[in-house]
Amino acid sequence: MADDTKSRTAHLDLDTPESQIETYMHRRAAPAREEETYLDANELVLNMGPQHPSTHGVLRVILKLDGEKVLGTECIIGYLHRGVEKIAENRTYTMFNPYVDRMDYVAAVSNGLGYCEAVEKLLNIEAPPRAQYIRVILAELNRLASHMLWLGTHALDIGAITPLFYTFRDREEILKIFEKYCGARLTTHAFRIGGCQYETYEGFEQDVIKFCKFVRPKIDEYETLLTTNRIWVERTRGVGVISAADAIDFGVTGPVLRASGVKWDLRKAQPYAAYKNFEFDIPIGQNGDTYDRYIVRIAEMHQSLRIIEQAVGAIPEGPIMGKVPKVMKPPVGEIYHSIEAPKGELGYFIVSDGSTQPYRVRVRPPSFVNLQALDKMVRGALVADVVAVIGTIDIVLGEVDR
Amino acid sequence: MQQFLNYLNSTQTPGETGNFAWATIYILIIFGGISVAVIAMNWLERKVLAHMQVRLGPMRVGPHGLLQPIADALKLLIKEDIMPAEADRLMFWMAPVIVVITAFTVFIVIPFGPTHAVTDMNIGVLFMLGVSSLGVLGIIMAGWASNSHYPLLGALRSSSQMVSYEIAMGMAVISAILMTTLTADGAGTLSMIQIVQAQDKQQMWFLFRMFPFGFLAFFIFAIAMVAETNRAPFDLPEAESELVAGFHTEYSGFRWSLFFLAEYAAMLAVSSIAVTLWMGGWMRPFSHWLAGDTWDAFFSFFPAATFFLLFVVALAGTVRMPKHAAFKIQKAGLGAFALVLGGIGVLLLIPPVKDRIQDIYWFVAKVSVFMYAYIWYRGTFPRYRFDQLMKLGWKVMIPVGIAVLIVVAAAPAFNFVW
Repeated sequence: MADDTKSRTAHLDLDTPESQIETYMHRRAAPAREEETYLDANELVLNMGPQHPSTHGVLRVILKLDGEKVLGTECIIGYLHRGVEKIAENRTYTMFNPYVDRMDYVAAVSNGLGYCEAVEKLLNIEAPPRAQYIRVILAELNRLASHMLWLGTHALDIGAITPLFYTFRDREEILKIFEKYCGARLTTHAFRIGGCQYETYEGFEQDVIKFCKFVRPKIDEYETLLTTNRIWVERTRGVGVISAADAIDFGVTGPVLRASGVKWDLRKAQPYAAYKNFEFDIPIGQNGDTYDRYIVRIAEMHQSLRIIEQAVGAIPEGPIMGKVPKVMKPPVGEIYHSIEAPKGELGYFIVSDGSTQPYRVRVRPPSFVNLQALDKMVRGALVADVVAVIGTIDIVLGEVDR
Repeated sequence: MQQFLNYLNSTQTPGETGNFAWATIYILIIFGGISVAVIAMNWLERKVLAHMQVRLGPMRVGPHGLLQPIADALKLLIKEDIMPAEADRLMFWMAPVIVVITAFTVFIVIPFGPTHAVTDMNIGVLFMLGVSSLGVLGIIMAGWASNSHYPLLGALRSSSQMVSYEIAMGMAVISAILMTTLTADGAGTLSMIQIVQAQDKQQMWFLFRMFPFGFLAFFIFAIAMVAETNRAPFDLPEAESELVAGFHTEYSGFRWSLFFLAEYAAMLAVSSIAVTLWMGGWMRPFSHWLAGDTWDAFFSFFPAATFFLLFVVALAGTVRMPKHAAFKIQKAGLGAFALVLGGIGVLLLIPPVKDRIQDIYWFVAKVSVFMYAYIWYRGTFPRYRFDQLMKLGWKVMIPVGIAVLIVVAAAPAFNFVW
């Protein structure tokens, strides 16, 4: 029995100190090392996922436990791998556009925005101002939708079931606006290289303003359920702490990084689209714990509303499509363009060989990079904290696995 | 036969008189009643929780999903009964049985009225505490026998949680028992019926006795009983987002439904105990403050009024149902249900029935308040973490429980009672 356990978990190396952690692929190739995989009688290896209610899809986490205490984790990803990057090499630039929506499917608009801007940069064209504004409005609406979904599922992980239904009720209004704008609710494919495909519909501005007025009290409503809730605070404060230095070392971006106290937001740091025209703050946390990440995201929802209201008020007239060649053949070269997606820095690295199809597309998905910090954040914590931290990192497996 | 009928005029429980025929009938009535209550609770929980969460809940099976619990029960009964290959077969089989038996056995000593209990043990409270803590045995067996990690973790959580909270619960219960000595003769009791009678004699529910200490003891019990029954926010043993389904992860079909039945029966049991010990059991509210025949007559209309209210609600639902032909059967069903409710209301106006139903009505009404609170907690609170739960149990509830116990025990010694 003991030998059996050993051989079954030999590739996991759960005893390795975190400084020496190698990648999963490395480990699989290397022969099993006996002494390092020794399982003490008090220790338990628990396989969490890929079928588990709170691993947000198909993440598989292997936990080594001492009772309830987590001694180590091992993330195994790839259950949702669809080879998006490889597909890109066999599609023209335009054809690949809808595929990026399927990566982070709860923030499809941001994915599309990043890709379109990257290709525009490669082609050396720019979308007209009106298109830029529409992009900002939709991207920020999508940020709200993404954060709402995060809040609902995160609260559900911690055991509060009600916020989920409140956030889904309000997210529905955003999806309705998307549906009216481009016909799709989730994988919107809202933008095209060089601008937008569709002009805003009649009453778009009123809808968006009405939504902003509608959703502000709703965000406060979520807060009344959670922010000062004793159990919520106890469950999140001091849980999954990551220091600013560690966060930067891991390459963590987005709200997770900002909650650690680093004021880094690509919308301010390297303004893209029309973001330089708007006034907004970057909310940051101090402790880098789950509670701060919650506070930061809630504050970001308010900031998004601020941006949306400014953008809708100042939306310029004009064309929505720039001058784009019928057949896109970007000059030979490579480009890296990144945007602030709801989950962090979403980067596209595109290599062009001068043909109609990219030679290589590499996506830097925020979820994938942020997920690395999971082990750092949960070591020494309890099983219940693992699900809280998976929730707070805000991963979408479609984006992690691509 | 004569003895059998004579019992109807008895002032004792069948257990005390040794009337086994009536005791069996009482047991069957309680078993049936609890099962119906569990079914009703299942529907209510889903509907109430749904409305708290801006959704409708079951709407398809029967009007407003009224037949949903029955459909669910049927589904569970005809499901394949899976036993994991590596499970300990005997233990796996016994676990749900033990859980159900302990959950139902507690009801033997619970008085629904002065004579409406199976028996009146002179150690009723000890019996209740002892039997209800046996339930944890079944849960540990379930977790261990499943031979799987999640159930094992769930069972471990469950056992430590139930054992810790039983202490706080015991402290609170002892405070209530001490309060029974605050009568003229100073005779305390452990009998559930006499505890209620002591509250009657002292003309005050123990909830308000020695305020706020009676209330504190009740409060501790009310929290501990949620933990004891593994319900939100203390539902760690079956924490869905962490342990999939905790100790009953490997259970399915009928065995699973036994756990479900036991959970709700246990909720009813602990709520009944709280009602008995602190909220005057079968006594109607203000039975001393608003005494007199007029008030008695007024309060005696409550059972019928409740059913008439339900009748009106159901009737309103029938009227508001869409006109579409597809709703014809549902409409008829809801209308018939409304009529049944109205019929029960009329039945409750008949004097002999009206007089005999009083105790049971007030008891059930008080228990329903707790059952609603259970649903409310579930819709409101996030889940405690294991260490926080233990901290709350050992560092807050038990010290407060001991403090209350000391005050309640010491104050009468100094003739200082309020």
